[in-house]
Amino acid sequence: MPTGVPIEFARLTKSFGNVDAVSDLTLTVEPGQVTGFLGPNGAGKTTTLRMLLGLVQPSSGTATFGGTPYGRLASPLATVGASLEAASFHPGRSARNHLAVYAQAAGLPKTAPDAALEKVGLADYGSRRVGGYSLGMRQRLGLAFALLGDPAVLVLDEPINGLDPEGIKWIRLLLRAMAAEGRTVLISSHLLSEVQQTVDDVIIISHGKLVHRGELSSLDTSDSKQVQVNADDRDRLADVIRAAGYTVSNLRSGILVDNAEAAAIGRLAFDAGIPVTALSQKRTGLEESFLTLVGEEGSL
Amino acid sequence: MRFFAAVHSEVTKLLSTRLWWVLALIMVGYVALCAGGLAAIFGGVGTTGRGPVIPEAQLPLLIYSFATSVGYVFPVLLGALAVTSEFRFQSLTPTFLAMPRRTVVLGGKLVTLLLAGAVFGVVALIASIGAGASVLAAFGIDPLLGEPDTWAFIGRSVLAMALWAAIGVGLGALVPSQVAAIVIVLAFTQFVEPLLRVGASITDWSAQVGQFLPGSASDALVGSSIYTSISPTTVSLDWWQGGLVLAAIAVIATVIGYFTSWRRDVS
Repeated sequence: MPTGVPIEFARLTKSFGNVDAVSDLTLTVEPGQVTGFLGPNGAGKTTTLRMLLGLVQPSSGTATFGGTPYGRLASPLATVGASLEAASFHPGRSARNHLAVYAQAAGLPKTAPDAALEKVGLADYGSRRVGGYSLGMRQRLGLAFALLGDPAVLVLDEPINGLDPEGIKWIRLLLRAMAAEGRTVLISSHLLSEVQQTVDDVIIISHGKLVHRGELSSLDTSDSKQVQVNADDRDRLADVIRAAGYTVSNLRSGILVDNAEAAAIGRLAFDAGIPVTALSQKRTGLEESFLTLVGEEGSL
Repeated sequence: MRFFAAVHSEVTKLLSTRLWWVLALIMVGYVALCAGGLAAIFGGVGTTGRGPVIPEAQLPLLIYSFATSVGYVFPVLLGALAVTSEFRFQSLTPTFLAMPRRTVVLGGKLVTLLLAGAVFGVVALIASIGAGASVLAAFGIDPLLGEPDTWAFIGRSVLAMALWAAIGVGLGALVPSQVAAIVIVLAFTQFVEPLLRVGASITDWSAQVGQFLPGSASDALVGSSIYTSISPTTVSLDWWQGGLVLAAIAVIATVIGYFTSWRRDVS
């Protein structure tokens, strides 16, 4: 069993002309857990990962695996498994041959391609040309490439994108299991909701800068509490709540009350003799803080 | 060891898509048609005795040289596509992940394509000699298959085809856009260079320059070609000089391509 090594970014910077795609990124990704690398599209996630993997030359700073840059790893595919967003295969080549090409280049055993196809559930489709694969199957093939050398570190760019619900559940379990074995797992996403059930730790970047780093729960800092309530006589309910000093706004399916507890609003309606048809405490929390951190563009 | 792995991987890349045998098939048809057709025409002309007559002793090699004089475009395409498809399908990402030393990858490709070009040369010669020799024999002309000169010619032709595939690799690295590379190969080999060669043969000084054109160098290396027999006054390099010119073009194009496209950021 390969033991995970930490991924270390030190003052990593990449500029294209005058624009800093990534600026001064310093952080460490520890083994044994799943780390989410989050940020809106264009925040610099992919550029960061490509620098980590030696595909893009940093303008300054370093990105290493326990101190060794990707290009100096003795056996890269057996140390780091990576899958990047772009569909990187020749459509006329079968999945098995696609994997065999890279297994041979990396000097991996002959059995590696079939073992990797087996792991991602593509064993029955290995001799089919990749051009005919669905988006979900391509995503799995990308993962098979990452798993080819049974690596101690996994770096996956948007691995959940394009998977069906069953596939999402499957990849969650797989990533959790790999982290539990002590491997380092870093996955990127532009949607917090996509990975919040998978990750232990989050790194959030926006405009190429680190804006948050910590456990997933540390994101839930918001103290604003909202209540959603509805009644048949919605206007009278709104008047009653407003009269009690709350700020209300109309929703399609009810009234949204800011800074309120569901219990207090329920009592108000009861005292006024209005039958309530719906009453719930809205959880803002994670997604809200995520969007606040990454700014307006986060909602795109 | 690492270099051997790179070549192994490149050989698998080449053989695992349909491109190589589709190109080889078209090449065989094209070369066999030209060689068989011209053998029939010259064989017929020779027996009726009208029009320009090519001495019988020169005819077989001239016919067989269609393997390179018209077939060379196929190894060039194979080499160019081997490089440009990596850019087009973004497969440079997994390629460089599996083998981060980019010079090793490019070197492996160059060696693999030299081998593939040599195989294409053997196949093209089988087509030109197969079709040409049987038609010549039918007209009662000695196909000269037992002559040492013929076998030396075959060896030089195989070398020429190998070098053409390497030139393709260099071109692909210089022009990573697949469409542009294909257009350049076809326009240059089928149109621009034949015109340049004819034009260059007009004056003495331009003929000195013209012999360094890749097609002229290739014909010099092979030692026989339909072009040189059309204008026999053309100056020509020695066979080994022709080979060196082709090798130099391949190496220079590949090295420049390495700096202009191969070592750039992959995104």
